[in-house]
Amino acid sequence: MLEVKNVTKIFKKGTINEKVALNGLSLHLDPGDYVTVIGGNGAGKSTLMNCISGTMMLDGGSVSLNGKDLSRLPEYKRAAMIGRVFQDPMMGTAATMQIEENLALANRRGKVHGLRWGITASERELFRSKLAELNLGLEDRMTTKAGLLSGGQRQAVTLLMATLKTPELLLLDEHTAALDPITAGKVLELTDKIVTKEKLTTLMITHNMKDAIAHGNRLIMMDSGRIVADIKGEEKKNLTVKDLLDLFSSTCEERNLTDKMMLSDAGD
Amino acid sequence: MNLLTSILNSMPGAVSQGLVWGTVAIGVYITYRILDIADLSVDGTIATGGAVCVMLIRGGMNAWIAVLIAMLAGAVAGLCTGLFHIKLGIPAILAGILTQLALYSVNLRILDSKSNQAISVDKYSLLVSSRYVRTIGLNNPLILLFVICVVLIILLYCFFGTELGSALRATGANPRMAQAQGINTNTNIIIGLALSNGLTAFAGAILSQFQGSADVNMGRGAIVIGLAAVTIGEVLFRKVFKNFGLKLFGVVIGAIIYYIVLQIVLALGLNTNDLKLLTALIVAVFLGIPHIKANMAARAHKD
Repeated sequence: MLEVKNVTKIFKKGTINEKVALNGLSLHLDPGDYVTVIGGNGAGKSTLMNCISGTMMLDGGSVSLNGKDLSRLPEYKRAAMIGRVFQDPMMGTAATMQIEENLALANRRGKVHGLRWGITASERELFRSKLAELNLGLEDRMTTKAGLLSGGQRQAVTLLMATLKTPELLLLDEHTAALDPITAGKVLELTDKIVTKEKLTTLMITHNMKDAIAHGNRLIMMDSGRIVADIKGEEKKNLTVKDLLDLFSSTCEERNLTDKMMLSDAGD
Repeated sequence: MNLLTSILNSMPGAVSQGLVWGTVAIGVYITYRILDIADLSVDGTIATGGAVCVMLIRGGMNAWIAVLIAMLAGAVAGLCTGLFHIKLGIPAILAGILTQLALYSVNLRILDSKSNQAISVDKYSLLVSSRYVRTIGLNNPLILLFVICVVLIILLYCFFGTELGSALRATGANPRMAQAQGINTNTNIIIGLALSNGLTAFAGAILSQFQGSADVNMGRGAIVIGLAAVTIGEVLFRKVFKNFGLKLFGVVIGAIIYYIVLQIVLALGLNTNDLKLLTALIVAVFLGIPHIKANMAARAHKD
């Protein structure tokens, strides 16, 4: 259960370039909630994720996960509870390390790194079976450097890393935006599979309205650092791209035309 | 003929120098290649290692124990660089320069306010000495130096296979990924700097025994020599040595090649005063090659 309370984040505070990225935002996620997040550029979607994961520290409010207050914990400590996949496929894996070494690091997420071996024989077996589930043939290339993989393969491995040790919260920051449509589709399918199987509480940012509608049990729309729409249950199931665009025009009055165009573009 | 003899004569010395500096190069490899930081404190820590070792041996301590304590002193210096960088937010290069500068004074204090302190192999029991570099027997420094390098490489190979070692590699390769995997990158950078400077101080301790003295200036330009060894080793063995342990071995061979080339150009009549200029130019060329290659490729693509 994620509890985001009255969170504020201000960039360049006190200068003429001051920008309020999160404006007293509150959000509650029930266990197993799979929430898609949409909104124009600068709406604060990524900032929200960065504030939850600890990449950025809050200027106000609090974030707690399953009763534990995260607000003051550094990023690497929060990582024990949170799995993440970034937009940039290069970001999620260490390019100069082998696939299995990357997975071994993920398998120790949140543990103290001591002088035991970095990877064990039983782990290799586990990784082999997990990689086989991805259907990318990576189970036979476990000692390949992650840097030699394609963007889609890297995102699939990152997704596996984020969920290898069941996280209490999974954060997906436009993790398919840098991929071609076919690969993006496959990675999304994989995401659904893992999230449903493990019943993961998930927050997924997307620029694609269709994806936002087709995935998850709940959808939130952000604008100017606030949540302007929260759609769940039956209403979410019956949602269309047109509904969302209308909602976008009516609630996000300050937005300019380009944002609207971009969102509808991405929806096609 | 004379020239050839003098070059051949200088080979054992060059190889031993190369083996000693190979350890420095391994230290540089850890910061420069694994952590992706250019750490300039090594110039100071070599002299610290040498100074601590020489003064302790002169005080009657066993040479091995003196070397270990010298290594710890270097690790503490690396720790300081790490704290400057992480806790005070000083850029890594500047943090290294600060430590290096501070160490100059510290080293003079250790050396009892003299710029140079000698230890003669006649008076003290030393691990290695350049005097026996051409003798045949167990006291030839080449044997021990070679063993030391091999043992160090094996130990480091194992270390970088552990959880902590893997976390260190991830910290250098992709800090954001490392943090997302719950790795405390700040602590790891400090550990890496301490390890690297411990190794260089170790090399300084061995070097001081080899040359029979510790000098406050003995580490000047060490980072550049270390980088030269790393780049030579990488350029020559890129295709052959893929395994991490072998890469470290390549770096040591790089150092040996550096000293052999040096002896050859010296035998050919180069003024010793010009050595650092030559080294700097060689390193600049090797470090610049990837950049120039990329530029040329980009231009060719445009045409």
